[in-house]
Formats: sequence, structure tokens, C-alpha cells
Amino acid sequence: MSQGTLSAPVGAEATGRPMLRRLARRNSTVAFLLTLPLILLVLGLVVYPFFYAVYLSMLNRRMTRFIGWDNFTFLLSRETFWNVVFQSVLFAVSAVLLKAFIGFVLAHVLHALPSKGQRKWRGMLLVPWVIPPAISTLAWWWLFDPSYSAFNWALLGIGVDPVPWLGATGWARFSVILVNVWYGSPFFMIMYLAALKSVPDQLYEAAAIDGATGWQKLRHVTFPMMRNVISITVLFSLIVTFANFDIVRILTNGGPQDTTHVFATYAFQVGIQSGDIPLGASVSLFMFPLLAIFAIFTLRGVNKRSKEMA
Amino acid sequence: MSSTTANAIPAPEARQGSLKRERRWALIGAYIALAFFVVFFMVPPFHMLVTSLKSSAEIADLSGNPWMVSKPTLQNYWELLTQGNYLIHFRNSVMVTVITVIVSMIISVMAAFALARMKFWGSGTLATGVFLTYLVPETLLFIPMFQIIGGLGLYNNLWAMVLIFPTLTVPFCTWIMIGYFASIPKELDEAALIDGASHLQMLWKIFIPVALPGILAAMIFAFTVSWAAFIYPIAFLVSSDQMVLTVGIVSDLIRADTFQWGKIMAGALMAALPPLLVYAFLMDYYIAGLTAGATKG
Repeated sequence: MSQGTLSAPVGAEATGRPMLRRLARRNSTVAFLLTLPLILLVLGLVVYPFFYAVYLSMLNRRMTRFIGWDNFTFLLSRETFWNVVFQSVLFAVSAVLLKAFIGFVLAHVLHALPSKGQRKWRGMLLVPWVIPPAISTLAWWWLFDPSYSAFNWALLGIGVDPVPWLGATGWARFSVILVNVWYGSPFFMIMYLAALKSVPDQLYEAAAIDGATGWQKLRHVTFPMMRNVISITVLFSLIVTFANFDIVRILTNGGPQDTTHVFATYAFQVGIQSGDIPLGASVSLFMFPLLAIFAIFTLRGVNKRSKEMA
Repeated sequence: MSSTTANAIPAPEARQGSLKRERRWALIGAYIALAFFVVFFMVPPFHMLVTSLKSSAEIADLSGNPWMVSKPTLQNYWELLTQGNYLIHFRNSVMVTVITVIVSMIISVMAAFALARMKFWGSGTLATGVFLTYLVPETLLFIPMFQIIGGLGLYNNLWAMVLIFPTLTVPFCTWIMIGYFASIPKELDEAALIDGASHLQMLWKIFIPVALPGILAAMIFAFTVSWAAFIYPIAFLVSSDQMVLTVGIVSDLIRADTFQWGKIMAGALMAALPPLLVYAFLMDYYIAGLTAGATKG
């Protein structure tokens, strides 16, 4: 080791420039080799499938003929598809708003607790988010069971008629949103809690000296300090919720009468279950423009935030 | 003068008293809100547990209380573990998840090191691209993937999951690791370079040990995602011996119109246990791993 370091300057004098260049070349080779698996993975299993989806969506059902935009125009002419668009937007927007609201309230409540008890409560409140949704939704499915629903049993106890949780359009829509809110609120809570903890106490003290009420503190101190985290979390959650599959697939599988289908479950039904791969590919591609917009704004927020933190 | 000070003294006390009372009420309100949400959040797991301890007869008995169990039995668990394919599904899940975690960590640690420390042509674009890839949901890609997997002859094959799952984990793991590696002081690598270490030695001897908490967080993320993956297994795996837990439970315990709810709940509870245990013992890493995307760079 010490010999190597001692001999290096001697060699550098004689062949300084070529060696440096060789070193640089070797470094970039090493860097390239280190990132190669990542690049291959992204190109082969994300970028290529995406363009392949675009190609697939322009084929006829048996994938023998190129038919251009026909799949897309066909979908746009179907009432079921417009139902899917409506339900996806309703599902994503209302679920994200509720999650953001509950998460915000819970984060505030937790933040107000003495730090000793905080950990215990936080631990319990995060449980829905830790159980894989495909598994916890099974429990919800059982809670919503038409004849054995434990909710209906409890409602009967207080004299309320049984509710068709998954059987009637309105209630089914409510139920899938409820389960998504149950699963996703803890994520918002933990993001907001981290952001709340990073707001310096002095700001609140200064506001208190100026005679600010609780609401004013929230409005003029907390919100501005958390704006970036709130927007990143909401945008990120919009992407994930909009593209959700597990909950609807398990609870209703799109029923009753295809009224609870979201893009992902409808694409699954059309593409995999009915075997019309091109049409299924076009259904999921309809998600792309909205997702791309959300993604660009998320990226912007994240970049801005890392600049702030740096 | 003295009278004003005398008058002034009780006033702050009174205000303090009301402040204290206000704070106490706020705290009571906080606990009520917390209790409400803890009950709401715990209802499904609790009901899962209660149902899993019931016999089929007790579940079918409509006059009983669904929230209580009168004759607890472990029969559902016992039957799951001794007959049927539950253990095969569990083993499949473990196998796929372990391989996915290892593969994702190797790919993402190497790439993150290069992206964080060895500036090269296009490294900035690549880092941004990695984050955008993370934002591409799998529901956008599962149909072309179905064709690709079919073309590779991997339809209904567990190994297809091993091939696909890294696409769900690697982008985010790389993103977390870039953040952790970038926070390691540059002096460390300069010292290593002066001692004549190569880049690979630097990664192995300095970066990996120093960034161990980040690696643990990324591993937990990869574990959670691959354990919970649902759409690829349900689209690509059709025979029971190839299935993982998230799809196996339902496919085996529901025959036409017969739902074996006791066993479904027992199976679901045991399937939820590994992530819950990881969470219980490594809560801070768990939270760090799953929230790093937005709080860290």
C-alpha cells in the first residue's frame, strides 16, 4: 500500500497526462458498468413495455392487423368507458382529499401530544398502511359481506336498516373510497408529522407574541411552511390512487353493473379476462396523460424541496 | 404605581389559568380524536383476528355476535398449515421477496454510487429518469408485460415475478440511496483516494458501511413492495403451486360460492405478519424507507 502511494508521484511526472486520461476513461467505464443493470432494467422493463403498449393499442383484437386509433375511438363511444373515467376521477379526488384531511388532523393531534406517548399512538395509527392492501381488503370484503356483515349487525343493534355495502352503486362507490382512505391516511399523517416537526418553534412563539390565534398560526405559519410537503404528498397520492387496482378488484370487481370500475380494473377485465389485449392496453394508456401531468409537478416539487434542504 | 402593579399581578395568572385549561381541553380533544381513529384503523385487523379464531359453524350462525368469539379455536390455522397449498404460497412469497430484495439492492446500490459520486455524461438526466420511472404505476404496464412474459415463455411461472418485481423496487431504492450517498462527506472519499483505494473499494469499504441505515430502509421498502405486489401475480399466475400469498389465499379458499371465511382470515393474518413484525421491530427504518422519496432529496 505505502509503496504504491510512494511510487505514484514518480510515475506521474513521467507520464502525467496520458495516465490521467486513462484514469478518467477507466472511471467513466466503471461508472457505466455500475449503472448498466439499472439502465437495462429501466429500458427493458419500463420504457420498452410502454412503447410496446402504444403499439399493441393500435392492433385489432386478434393482433393481426394495424387499425390505428380505432380502439381509442371505440372506447370513447362507449358509455361504460365514460363511467370508468368518472369513477376513476371521483375515486382518486375524493379519496385523496379525505386522506389529506385526515392525515393533516392526525398529524396535528399527534404533534400536540407529549413526546412520551407519541410513539405508541403513532405505532398504532400506522398499522393500516403496513398491511399489504391486497390482504387487508379481504378483511373489508368480509366486513361488507351481504349476509354476514359485521357492520350491519352493529347497525341493527342501534336500529338502522342493513346497508348494501357492495350491492348498490352509491354504497359500493362509498365503500371502495372508504377502504382506500383507511389504507392511505396513515401515509399522509406520517409525512405531515415529519414536516410539522421541522417547523421551528420560534415561529410559533413569534406569532404568539403578536397575538395570533390558533387558526391564524395554522394559516400563516404552519401552511406556508408545509406547502411543499403537502403538494408533493397530494400529487404522489393522486398518481397512486388514480392507478389503484387491488381494492376495487377485490371488493367489487367493478360491479354492480360496471359502476365501480377504475381504469386499472377495467383494463384488467377487458385485456386479461376477456382476452382483448389491444383494447385493454388502450384503456390503461388513457391514464397516461393525467399521470404524466401529476408526475411532472411531483418532480418539480421534489426538486424544489431538495434545493431548499441543501 | 404600586396599585397598578398589584392589580397587574393577578391578571397574567388568570390568563395562565385559562391557557392551561384551554390546553387541557385541547389535549382531551386530541385523545378523543386519536381514540376514534385508532378504533377505525383497527377494526379490520381486529375483525380478521376474531373471525380466524371461529369455527365454520360459529361463523355461519347468524344469531351470534360477529365481533366476539365464544369458542375460540386454532383449527383454521392448523388446517391451513397442514393441508392445502398455503405453505407453498408462503414459501413462494418468501422466495420471490428474498430474491427481489437482493437483486434490487445490488442494482440500486451500484447505480446510486455511480450517480451520486462519479459525475459522468448524462448522470443528472439518468437520476431524474429514475425518479420518473418510480412514478410509472404498474397498472399502466401490466398488459404489454403480459405479452412480453408470454413471449419469454414465463407465463404462469413464479420466476416471471422475480424478473418483474425489481421494476417496482429498483427506481425508488436507487433514489433513496442517491440521497444517502450524497450526504456522505466528500472528505471521506478523498482520504480513500489518497490511500490508493479504487472506486469499488471505496464503495465496499466506506459507502456501504456508512450508509447502512439507508440500505436497511431501502431493503425494507423493497421487501414491503414485493410482499404486497398484487396485479402481476393475479395477471400472470394461474396454477396454485406457482402463486404467491396475495393471490393464493383467495384462489384456494373460495370454491364457487363457498367462502371459507375463517381460513381466509387466518391466512390473511399470517400473510400480514411478516411486514407487521418488520414494522414493529424496525419502525424508524420502515418509516424512513417509505417516506424518503418526498422528505429527502
